[in-house]
Amino acid sequence: MAAPFPVSCARRIQKELTALHAEPVPGVTLKSGPDTLADKSTDINMIIKGAEGTIYNGEEFNLRFRMNERYPFESPEVVFQPPNIPLHPHIYSNGHICLSILGNDWSPALTISAVCLSIVSMLSSCKEKKRPPDDQFYIRTASMNPKATRWMYHDDNV
Amino acid sequence: METRKLFWASNVSKNRHRSQSHWTRSTVSALRVPVFPTLSSIQIDSGNSSTELRMDSEDDMAYEDEYDNQEDDGDDSNPFPPNQSLNKARADENDHIDVDEDDLDDSQNTADASSLACPRICTPDSGDYDVLSTEQVCQYMNDFVKDISNILQLPATTTRLLLSHFNWDKECLMERFYEDEEKLFKDARVIRPTAGDRQGSSSKSECNICYQTLKGSEFKGADCGHRFCSVCWRSYLTSKIMDENVTDKIECPAHNCRILVDDGLVMEMVGTQAAVRRKYQHGITNSFVISHRIMRWCPGVDCLFAIRLRISPDWVCVTCSQCQLVCCFLCGDQWHDPATCLVLKRWKKKCADDSETSNWISANTKECPTCHATIEKDGGCNHVVCKNSACKSEFCWICLGPWQPHGSSWFKCNRYTEDDAKAARDNQEKSRYALQRYLFYFNRYMNHQQSLRLETKLNNSIRIKMEELQQHNMSWIEVQFLKKAVDVLQQCRQTLMFTYVFAFYLQKNNQQDIFEDNQHDLELATETLSGFLERDITGQNVAEIKTKVQDKAAYCELRRNALVKHVHEGYEKDWWEFSL
Repeated sequence: MAAPFPVSCARRIQKELTALHAEPVPGVTLKSGPDTLADKSTDINMIIKGAEGTIYNGEEFNLRFRMNERYPFESPEVVFQPPNIPLHPHIYSNGHICLSILGNDWSPALTISAVCLSIVSMLSSCKEKKRPPDDQFYIRTASMNPKATRWMYHDDNV
Repeated sequence: METRKLFWASNVSKNRHRSQSHWTRSTVSALRVPVFPTLSSIQIDSGNSSTELRMDSEDDMAYEDEYDNQEDDGDDSNPFPPNQSLNKARADENDHIDVDEDDLDDSQNTADASSLACPRICTPDSGDYDVLSTEQVCQYMNDFVKDISNILQLPATTTRLLLSHFNWDKECLMERFYEDEEKLFKDARVIRPTAGDRQGSSSKSECNICYQTLKGSEFKGADCGHRFCSVCWRSYLTSKIMDENVTDKIECPAHNCRILVDDGLVMEMVGTQAAVRRKYQHGITNSFVISHRIMRWCPGVDCLFAIRLRISPDWVCVTCSQCQLVCCFLCGDQWHDPATCLVLKRWKKKCADDSETSNWISANTKECPTCHATIEKDGGCNHVVCKNSACKSEFCWICLGPWQPHGSSWFKCNRYTEDDAKAARDNQEKSRYALQRYLFYFNRYMNHQQSLRLETKLNNSIRIKMEELQQHNMSWIEVQFLKKAVDVLQQCRQTLMFTYVFAFYLQKNNQQDIFEDNQHDLELATETLSGFLERDITGQNVAEIKTKVQDKAAYCELRRNALVKHVHEGYEKDWWEFSL
């Protein structure tokens, strides 16, 4: 269907997945990776478990990574998948996440596991389950791809 | 100061918005980079570590690579594609319309300062400014960097980053350099270059981007110590420059490392890719012109020249020697004497936004007292029935009270003059007044603008007439009075146009009366002159008309000068107070 990934990009994703198997991020399991890296965009699905002692204890969330052929120079598209989308002040009900490293602060030296780690810590440090204040408006107007949104990061507490 | 502040306003406003919302819809922003003739490779001369941007020779184009197909940043056949230049113009336009509060606040401060100084008209041969081609801009920038780099004893690449951090204010840089060097480098996100080499270690290691294990010599990096392989560097820089349009401040690819990558490394990595290199150099030159307070791109559409002031940046009128566009150096708009940049900016914003629509609504409609639907009365009696099917309330149009107590003798609503109704009427009165006042000035402003446009046509017809007259045994010199008169007429129109902008914001005082008298005189004289020129001039009546036209034109010129002089005097003596 589409042009295959450039070799360097495929190799990098492959290595990252191997590293994820070898050193998994606590609370994160790899559900399904790409069978081949032949397609232009590749989905990697993760399961994130709410850590003990946090308000998400016992909950399970599906997280989808989608890379394009410019990865790692362009950030991956990372969204939570329905049905269970965490109630969090930085996560919109369509699964989009407001996280600086997925946008402006992305660096090619970041990895899937670094992103997972950030998301887990973002969930763990949350004290109150609630949606972002502009959730209703956002989900009506947002594109499917969170990267089409220009994010403003203003809250470093949660 | 003003130019500097304005250019940074976009950053400031970004920060300010941070606390307002998580997100904004992404939009395709017009590229600010104008198209230049090609600039060339930074030449790295290892001897004295000087780095220069030079113009590309045409055969450099042989390097065209894949990016050339995607990028229309000027190929040989048509180096100045019009749409791109339009983008430039449009981006400028956006700058004017997107007036942020910060922007206005900043310019307000500077406007106060500039209100002391008088506008000044610089002619091309006054030596107050030069018009530079992009090549010359480049040359100027290189010389500028070299000068400072010699003084500070730093490599040119580092100096450029530092200068860019201070918006090319060398005094500021020097001051900070000798004050607290360490802090300066930290703030500018630059590492003080050391003698240490920039290669990786000799042993093999893994690149943090592609995860390949490579020889140490393959690794490169800026002075922050982060090392990546050359292939990844190239991909990273290409993606930054070509896809993200970042040229001025490229950060090291390591996470959370904000150190800036210098030109030397960029050129070493992407120097062989002609399109990337060119775009990078264009970006650098553009940011130089934009942030240097004595420089500005000529705002003319498709004009690729820059204006460099030799005097301190102030409210001056400059003429681009290339496209003959006359503009204000401070704001880049057309020359708008006697209105200040700030006043003009407010005015344009007001004309562009919807505030007058809402004024019209509040002046000409009322709200249903029950459901608050907006109602415009277009006839009939004052017993109004709301057409909103969910409401259908009946009320009196005059007092907005319920209709029932009015009974048959409806005009007794004077007794319902409750405070609310009175306040509503007062508000309406106010809106109506504001609207009328605005429309008064707006109509006059637009009239002159339109006349100015129409008189370009007059210009042509006068030229034809002049040729006709010359065949009617008049000499060339004898008909020049017509050309002169049209020039005067156009000048007067332009001044008049902006006097209405000036007057709209002006607060009442005695000087304002004098100003209005001057304005009145000039307007009257201008219209008479315009009338003379519109008249049919034939060989028979030309002698009679000539004196009239000449006298009138001279008078107009006189009145215009008097008006402008009076306004300038007011700026000097602080007569004018604006309600902005």
